[in-house]
Amino acid sequence: MFSDYSLTELGSIFVMQGFAGLILFSVFLLMALGLAIIFGQMGVINMAHGEFMILGAYVTYFTSQFFLNYLPSLFGIYFFIAMILAFIASGALGMAVEWLMIRHLYKRPLDTLLATWGLSLILQQVYRSVFGPREVGVELPGWMMGSLNLTDAIEVQINGLFVMGLTIAITIAVALLMYRSSWGKQVRAVVQNRTMAGAVGINTERVDRLTFGLGCGIAGVAGSAFTMIGSTGPTAGQLYIVDTFLVVVFGGAQSLIGTIASAFTISQAQSTMEFFLSGSMAKVLTLLGVIIILMLRPQGLFVIKVRR
Amino acid sequence: MTHIGRSFFLARKDVVGIVVLAILLVVVLPLTLDSFRLQFVGKYLTYAFVALGLVLCWGYAGILSLGQGVFFGLGGYCMAMYLKLEASSVENTKIQSTPGIPDFMDWNQITELPFFWKPFHSFPLTLVAIVAVPALFAFIIGFAMFKRRVGGVYFAIITQAIAAVLTILIVGQQGYTGGINGITDLRTLHGWDIRTDAAKTVLYFVCVALLFACILLAYYVKSSKLGRILVAMRDKEDRVRFSGYDVANFKVFVFCLAAALSAIGGAMFTLQVGFMSPSFVGIVPSIEMVIYCAVGGRLSILGAVYGTLLVNWAKTSFSESFPELWLLGLGGLFIAVVLAFPNGLAGIWQTYVAPRLGFLSGTKPTDPGAAPVAAE
Amino acid sequence: MSAHVISDQMNPDFALAVEGLTVSFDGFKAVDDLSFYVDQNEIRVIIGPNGAGKTTVLDLICGRTRATFGSIRFKGRELTRLKEHDIVLAGVGRKFQTPSIYDDLTVFENLEISYPKGRNVLGALTFRRDAAVRERVEEVASTIFLADRLNERAEYLSHGQKQWLEIGMLLIQDPELLMLDEPVAGMSVSERKKTAELLHTIIRDRSVIVIEHDMKFVEDIAHKVTVLHQGKILSEGPMAKVQADPKVIEVYLGH
Repeated sequence: MFSDYSLTELGSIFVMQGFAGLILFSVFLLMALGLAIIFGQMGVINMAHGEFMILGAYVTYFTSQFFLNYLPSLFGIYFFIAMILAFIASGALGMAVEWLMIRHLYKRPLDTLLATWGLSLILQQVYRSVFGPREVGVELPGWMMGSLNLTDAIEVQINGLFVMGLTIAITIAVALLMYRSSWGKQVRAVVQNRTMAGAVGINTERVDRLTFGLGCGIAGVAGSAFTMIGSTGPTAGQLYIVDTFLVVVFGGAQSLIGTIASAFTISQAQSTMEFFLSGSMAKVLTLLGVIIILMLRPQGLFVIKVRR
Repeated sequence: MTHIGRSFFLARKDVVGIVVLAILLVVVLPLTLDSFRLQFVGKYLTYAFVALGLVLCWGYAGILSLGQGVFFGLGGYCMAMYLKLEASSVENTKIQSTPGIPDFMDWNQITELPFFWKPFHSFPLTLVAIVAVPALFAFIIGFAMFKRRVGGVYFAIITQAIAAVLTILIVGQQGYTGGINGITDLRTLHGWDIRTDAAKTVLYFVCVALLFACILLAYYVKSSKLGRILVAMRDKEDRVRFSGYDVANFKVFVFCLAAALSAIGGAMFTLQVGFMSPSFVGIVPSIEMVIYCAVGGRLSILGAVYGTLLVNWAKTSFSESFPELWLLGLGGLFIAVVLAFPNGLAGIWQTYVAPRLGFLSGTKPTDPGAAPVAAE
Repeated sequence: MSAHVISDQMNPDFALAVEGLTVSFDGFKAVDDLSFYVDQNEIRVIIGPNGAGKTTVLDLICGRTRATFGSIRFKGRELTRLKEHDIVLAGVGRKFQTPSIYDDLTVFENLEISYPKGRNVLGALTFRRDAAVRERVEEVASTIFLADRLNERAEYLSHGQKQWLEIGMLLIQDPELLMLDEPVAGMSVSERKKTAELLHTIIRDRSVIVIEHDMKFVEDIAHKVTVLHQGKILSEGPMAKVQADPKVIEVYLGH
């Protein structure tokens, strides 16, 4: 199968596939970051995570329309404002959902899974009714269009590079928030010992709500970034939900490094195989590989041995 | 537990419940519904097998599988493969470039029947495969995971991923599986045309009979010591383990049983509806099957049947007239059944209806089936 | 596994021989090179400050935690490589610190599940509640003061009654080594007295390891006391000797 290509061609193919894999990695990681907080820290299975992401995407789309129509001179920077709005919208919805639904279900994780699945169906239908069933795409500002030619055969899209950069920035922000800020300490304290955390004066209910809201807000930002490389439709969120859960579980639910490593492994495996096999077989083999590894090593890639 | 009113393994109220359901399914519905509507009920009842398995697996043992569609589909595909081979006799397919193989294989330039299709020339082997293939698959998954103590949400997510993988695989391997359309154009079973109204009525009663056999099996398992061990495991797994039980074996057993029940339902689906496709295998149908069980009451064997009928009836009527409302309704149902009615119809029955009915007052508060799901 | 070669000349009369037992969690040694021996029909009480590794020792013996090094022999049989349920079948019974019973089942069913018959899948499916089972359950129920509550859901029992029920679940197994983790913790004074009575009846004809803080209670039942501190044995012997040990006094009263 390699004989049709020269060595340099092969090299460029690998670089380009690797780049495609890196974009997939960014998408996985952006989605997984929010989930890693909600699932990894709180133990809540949020099947509606994809829909929170799509909300961010819609917010971005409407912001772009607004700028296009009313503030065309500032169109170049609309994305940064959209991202903030997406974070606020998804985060606020997340906090509302936590208050109305999730907080009653902390002791019943499997039931949370079913309830959030119901929520995802409702949100999908709402998006379809309000925003229409068609997929929408945003217009990229001029500076994000085009591509960089690294060599004659290798070129990379600027929007892809931008999304990658954004992913790195958000990941660093989350890491700092969880591991360096006092708020992150509170979250981890609540996770490890809810009663004790309450006893030393942490408002555990507030921490829960903010944590869930933060996870959803990050999903919204992920959706915002997602519009730079793909279009948005009412059911687009569901396409990634299983993959994302596998990413988080595969990485070891409570480890940020694990999430990053696992998103990287899965996305690279999938995009490399996609070149040689059909897209569906690449996905089957990737998922199957992850499932089998999880069966052999259920705790995921990274885990701390704790005293029970 | 005292044994008043308990004959063999059924309590008196169970017998009453089974008889009422039997009258409904065998007498009332066939007499009141036209053949077309009755076929719908027959189709719904095939899902009731899945819900029944989920009562044991999820309700009693606490193992939530989001991949029951996989087993439903495997059972259905086994049956469909047999029927397809019968429909693809050399005579029927002589216009193909390779006569004697299913049409979709011919379209995909396959010239020889794949090895895993060959056993499905035999009807007895097919019957065995309908139960054995899904049960074996469930055994492999269950053994690998329960022996390593994977449970709860991890198990749910992994079974869901398996459902996704199998769907992608079936859709992708068109030549071997019929792809996204599935295996269609099924005609006869042993020369008996299954497409006529008369045949469908017969199949309806076969389906009801099988369902009752499975209901009795479920009652037997529930009332055996194994049923109580499942409840005990759901509650305090470690205590059961340190009472000398290999907990994983019991989980594997109940998961395989649920898979086998789903597979029987899938096979009956293929027979009654006349095709099988990946749209009954994936993530969405699998999780919808969980809601049938939840609506009926996750701890109620008969509730599973009523829940399945109710949700599917609602789905059919709503999606005929207000398709956009149906998704909202289904979503709301998931939330409501979890937040407000964790014991489903059976819970409503036990709390509000049964106390008003004197002859059923044998309801014992000690019945493990009556165990409330902790309302927070 | 262990660097401690004692096994060959092991006294066959020991019911339990723990040698060189070590477990570390991420480098922290919760139990550190522990060795002790329990005779047949001996009642051994393990005491020690919080975090001394008492519960971990029981976890190691019953297989809930796996040892990093060392050996645990029960009647000459190595337990460290057995699965949890096989350790139970070998004759080791363990009561957890917080009452661990099945809330959704009746008292009768709770006891019945521990009845040593029908412990595999097939056996459980074909298990019959015959006269022998019923008789044994009722006998144990009256020992644990629950004879008149057999048909009640276990959830409705008081905390003390739940503790008794779990003790009953162990009794019906008839283990040769019984391990109890703080059996009187959280009990009222009258329940405490009744429990002491109960323990006196059930500890006959078997070896028992008890973790307990109540010194009065310890003095009452212990043949020998082992004092754990930071995963190591600080002192061991009859109660009077241990109480007089300056190291023990230092740990308990010092700082």
